[in-house]
Amino acid sequence: MAGKTTYWQENLRLICICLVIWFVVAYVFGILLVEPLNAIRLGGYKLGFWIAQQGSIYSFVGLIFWYSHKMNQLDKKYRVEQD
Amino acid sequence: MDELKLYTYIAVLGTFALYFGIAIWARAASTSEFYVAGSGIGPVQNGMAIGADWMSAASFISMAGLIAFSGYGGSVFLMGWTGGYVLLAMCLAPYMRQHGKFTVPEFISDRFYSKNARIVAVICLIIASVTYIIGQMKGVGVTFSRFLEIKYEAGLYAGMFIVWVYAVLGGMKGITYTQIAQYCVLIFAYTIPAIFISLQLTGNPIPQLGLGSTLSDDSGVYLLDKLDMVVTDLGFKEYTTDNMGGTLNMFAYTMSLMIGTAGLPHVIMRFFTVPSAKAARASAGYALVFIAILYTVAPAVGAMARYNLMDTIEPTPGEHLVYDERPQWFKDWESTGLLKFDDKNSDGKIQYLADAEVNEMVKVDPDIMVLANPAIANLPNWVIALVAAGGLAAALSTAAGLLLAISSAISHDLLKGVWMPDLSEKNELLIGRITMTLSVLLAGYLGLNPPDFAAGTVALAFGLAASSIFPALMMGIFSKKMNNKAAIAGMCAGIGVTMLYVFQHKGIMFIPGTSFMAGMDENWFLGISPNAFGVVGAIVNFAVAFTVMRFTDEAPAEIQAMVDRFRSPQSEQLASADH
Repeated sequence: MAGKTTYWQENLRLICICLVIWFVVAYVFGILLVEPLNAIRLGGYKLGFWIAQQGSIYSFVGLIFWYSHKMNQLDKKYRVEQD
Repeated sequence: MDELKLYTYIAVLGTFALYFGIAIWARAASTSEFYVAGSGIGPVQNGMAIGADWMSAASFISMAGLIAFSGYGGSVFLMGWTGGYVLLAMCLAPYMRQHGKFTVPEFISDRFYSKNARIVAVICLIIASVTYIIGQMKGVGVTFSRFLEIKYEAGLYAGMFIVWVYAVLGGMKGITYTQIAQYCVLIFAYTIPAIFISLQLTGNPIPQLGLGSTLSDDSGVYLLDKLDMVVTDLGFKEYTTDNMGGTLNMFAYTMSLMIGTAGLPHVIMRFFTVPSAKAARASAGYALVFIAILYTVAPAVGAMARYNLMDTIEPTPGEHLVYDERPQWFKDWESTGLLKFDDKNSDGKIQYLADAEVNEMVKVDPDIMVLANPAIANLPNWVIALVAAGGLAAALSTAAGLLLAISSAISHDLLKGVWMPDLSEKNELLIGRITMTLSVLLAGYLGLNPPDFAAGTVALAFGLAASSIFPALMMGIFSKKMNNKAAIAGMCAGIGVTMLYVFQHKGIMFIPGTSFMAGMDENWFLGISPNAFGVVGAIVNFAVAFTVMRFTDEAPAEIQAMVDRFRSPQSEQLASADH
């Protein structure tokens, strides 16, 4: 029973980390701070505009794969303990 | 028949033959195959099928057009329709797959141990799916009317018929395999013209990089800087900073689309088709990769289409296109009524300005941008034909997925789950197919009276999914003690508030005569547009649910044990080892 609680808690911790990054990239960088970030250029892109229309999407893909990878490790870890 | 029409017929009929072939080959025989393809689809294939299911007429036809005319503001669609997959992969899909049932209302009914919860979920699902399907029907109608040169209404009827044959034959198994083919068609059709146009304008074949490059006319000016200059000279808002009704509206709009994405039943259903929770997480990742290919190209398509349009009408400042010398694509779109010119100053030239008093391009429907784009850029005819086939693939694949969600909600959840528990599998399949037919007819009627442009209609569906289904699922998974009364009260409050706000602005059930208040800024709550209101509905849902929970008993012990089981894959193994 204790093992189960920890599996869920570790999962929750991972979710929190991912969602903080998700929120910061999309809402803080992409919307709230877009104007100051637009002062920085990335080639022909203004940085804030690039994050909102390109960068955020790449980071979402990265986040899901990272989370999947960590969860597969977690599955392994707890299965090992169970066996 | 001219060359373009011939190519279009070849492309459209060729792809249709392929889809029908697959649908017949993979015909569903059992309810499990009909609803969840026997739960045997691998993550990469499922990801691709989700991509096609997901990328609708709104993504394919409308989104780039919306971005073209809203610039930076269009980011709400880009982030909103992709960011939801992060929520799906982490907060919903793995646990719902772990639970192992067919439909979203079924999950809600098990978790909240209540038939009433199931009925409320079915109603939410139907409203959200029907609203969403209107956008697909409009997309089909637009594509047919333009490329096969028939009336919008006739195009819509043709689309209805094809979707009907296709969805009724397929079931989830057929739909999944067909969608894999449709993904290939639509992504090819979307990226090829974008590559051509990016090469033409910037010399860079990768549209994502082309958008950030300099123009290839030796001026050394960046494409986006030039575009900003051109549009502001004509009085429009600057392309890269136009923020669509303010920061708060953008914030709410993006959030509504994200949680709406995560709450759309026809998307969640796809995660029941994979073998395990692990595969559900991986599917979400692959799905987003396949989606991101289109979504990162779309901003380039939008910006470049806007640039080409401006450049055609006013090649150099002050020198306007003469109406009688307008290109063929202009005439073609005028005949569909989606592009209108009114020579207000009678000089025979086209003035395209932001000021409505003197602007002569009285109607430029954003929906035509993607379809007209290859012609505006003078691309070869086979590319234009390909875009027509791609647009239809996008609309049809999504419509099929939605129809399946609606018919499963009625036949599996309402009839089998609530009213007629002893319904035989054969009859359940038959009823599923009858419900699909009725849904097609309803969608067709609403497609003839659409409330907004295609992506706008879809955005309303998201608001409804965001305000009802998403919060119920989140609370069901993350709050072990959440009980039936609180969840139902929350769902009703959330969807009630959202529908009230939307109907107040858009007309009751979107009937045109009652929508006279549309677009009245001063009526908008905190400046939030109806399309962005889903997040407010979700907050109301959560607030009501947690308040009611304080005054009612927590969920019974066996339900809490069930929550533990679907939270962790290992506990299910233990449970099955006991048997």
